[in-house]
Amino acid sequence: MTDNAKVVEILHAMKEAISENAQFLTDLDAPIGDNDHGINMDRGFKKVEADLPGIAAKDIGAILKKVGMDLVSTVGGSSGPLYGTAFMKAGAKTAGKMEIGMDDFLVMMDEAIGGVQMRGKAVQGEKTMLDAMIPARDAMRAAAAEGKDTRAVLDAGVAAAEAGVEYTKGIIATKGRASYLGERSIGHQDPGATSFTVLLKAIAAAY
Amino acid sequence: MVGFVLVSHSKKLAEGAAELGTMMAPDVPVAAAGGMADGGLGTDYEKIMDAVTKIREQAPEGVLVIPDMGSSCMTAEMVIEDFGDPDVVLIDCPFVEGAVASIVEASGGASLQECRTAAEEARQAEKL
Ligand SMILES: Nc1ncnc2c1ncn2[C@@H]1O[C@H](COP(=O)(O)OP(=O)(O)OP(=O)(O)O)[C@@H](O)[C@H]1O
Ligand SMILES: [Mg+2]
Repeated sequence: MTDNAKVVEILHAMKEAISENAQFLTDLDAPIGDNDHGINMDRGFKKVEADLPGIAAKDIGAILKKVGMDLVSTVGGSSGPLYGTAFMKAGAKTAGKMEIGMDDFLVMMDEAIGGVQMRGKAVQGEKTMLDAMIPARDAMRAAAAEGKDTRAVLDAGVAAAEAGVEYTKGIIATKGRASYLGERSIGHQDPGATSFTVLLKAIAAAY
Repeated sequence: MVGFVLVSHSKKLAEGAAELGTMMAPDVPVAAAGGMADGGLGTDYEKIMDAVTKIREQAPEGVLVIPDMGSSCMTAEMVIEDFGDPDVVLIDCPFVEGAVASIVEASGGASLQECRTAAEEARQAEKL
């Protein structure tokens, strides 16, 4: 089980991972976007980091809700309302909980994906963060169903997210800024799918 | 009267569109919610929420929120959900033409629904 203190520790690790990858994520956004994805995410997670001490003692749902609200109010690009809604939805399902297990995490992933889809109206295959999120969730659910331990489940999720990022290189963007490029978006990996993979890797490493 | 909030990534674009509309209809409450707090490109939840709150007070008939693209639509949608007023609505229309058409419609005392229709019909209007 993972308690609220551990969740806070994982959120710190997510912030660090975004900071370390900020330039890389921004560079990915240059050819098919507006050159700001890493800057946006970094601004958002800096605000999250600043607010963590004040909410660390709360239940996991309240912590995740605050993370979502911080991202919505500070990121400034589409990834703000998208990741923000994802965290708020995940938080709504964990309201009042001081501990969560893999079953909860899989439900949180379902909620996060549902939130991104509700907000951005995209489906899998449109070259967005969903192309990493959905396969990662599916792989983790399959690994958990096979009775694998948390470490192995998270590793399966990371591997599937990375494969999802690779897949985005070959497809045309039909949502978000990259969709304005049409066929010229082929050959480039999606920044949002990449940032999700960075975040999931941070979760897996900090767990 | 109906009021308006114009949401853009760009402070200049939101202000420019508001200027084009109010030039023809100076009495209509219109707020530009463009760019981030520091003036940079992007969308700012607080700025949109403040604009909606302010315009709603001046617009008893309701408020139309007009976004440009991408995160403007998503952030404005979140503001409207949180504001929770059925007479504050997000509409899908060409940013400049829709804003001008519906602001001018509002100046004649049109209802929220009539202003909305004016904005949406701007999509069909031929310019050339
Ligand atoms: N409708 C959508 N559904 C799901 N994901 C999306 C959608 N639109 C954009 N994204 C994701 O967001 C990423 C871009 O995030 P970023 O922070 O750069 O926002 P942006 O595109 O610059 O925002 P803006 O809409 O303000 O221009 C994309 O790589 C993609 O993964
Ligand atoms: Mg961008």
